Amino acid sequence: MGALTKADMAERLFEELGLNKREAKEMVEMFFEEIRRSLEDNTQVKLSGFGNFDLRDKSERPGRNPKTGEEIPITARRVVTFRPGQKLKQRVEAYAGTK
Amino acid sequence: MALTKSELIERIAARQTQLSSKDVELAVKTLIEEMADNLANGGRIEIRGFGSFSLHFRAPRVGRNPKTGASVELHGKYVPHFKPGKELRERVNAAMHREKGGDEGKSDKQRESARSPSASAGML
Repeated sequence: MGALTKADMAERLFEELGLNKREAKEMVEMFFEEIRRSLEDNTQVKLSGFGNFDLRDKSERPGRNPKTGEEIPITARRVVTFRPGQKLKQRVEAYAGTK
Repeated sequence: MALTKSELIERIAARQTQLSSKDVELAVKTLIEEMADNLANGGRIEIRGFGSFSLHFRAPRVGRNPKTGASVELHGKYVPHFKPGKELRERVNAAMHREKGGDEGKSDKQRESARSPSASAGML
């Protein structure tokens, strides 16, 4: 089974909700763009039934170039983490049981 | 403060004129449901510029009942995993550097001396 993509999601909005193709495509774009904007704004995103996108600031730490062995610091950065909600976790676990 | 589903629906509705809020609400709920259904069926999700969702396997292990101390066999299971895409990583990280203002431009040595206790003691 191939991965679910933005094109598949737009197709679903077209088929199931009757949005026209352009509206459906824009809707999918806006959905992900608004989530990105919120995260860019350092604001957590909570989607009930799915999960939370959180932000974490990491300070600089020592690293190494795996090819050359040279020491280079891994710079301070902000990263996005995803915490699946209870409902999604349970649904995914149930899948493992029936495989 | 967090962005919730209903707030997300309002923001999308405010950005476009053709669909009613009701339509936007239904669309957002449909999208979230489709993503959750897909993972619940063992699938992957790949959204360019945002990231990918997949399932990671957690091996079976022996756990303990915290009350009685009795050991319990825990089954192996799948858990959802998200890997942020390049655009999301870069935008979030660039925003942090803008907020913290200019530190990025300093050399490691300057950063180090600004942080070290002896340097700050010297300044007091």
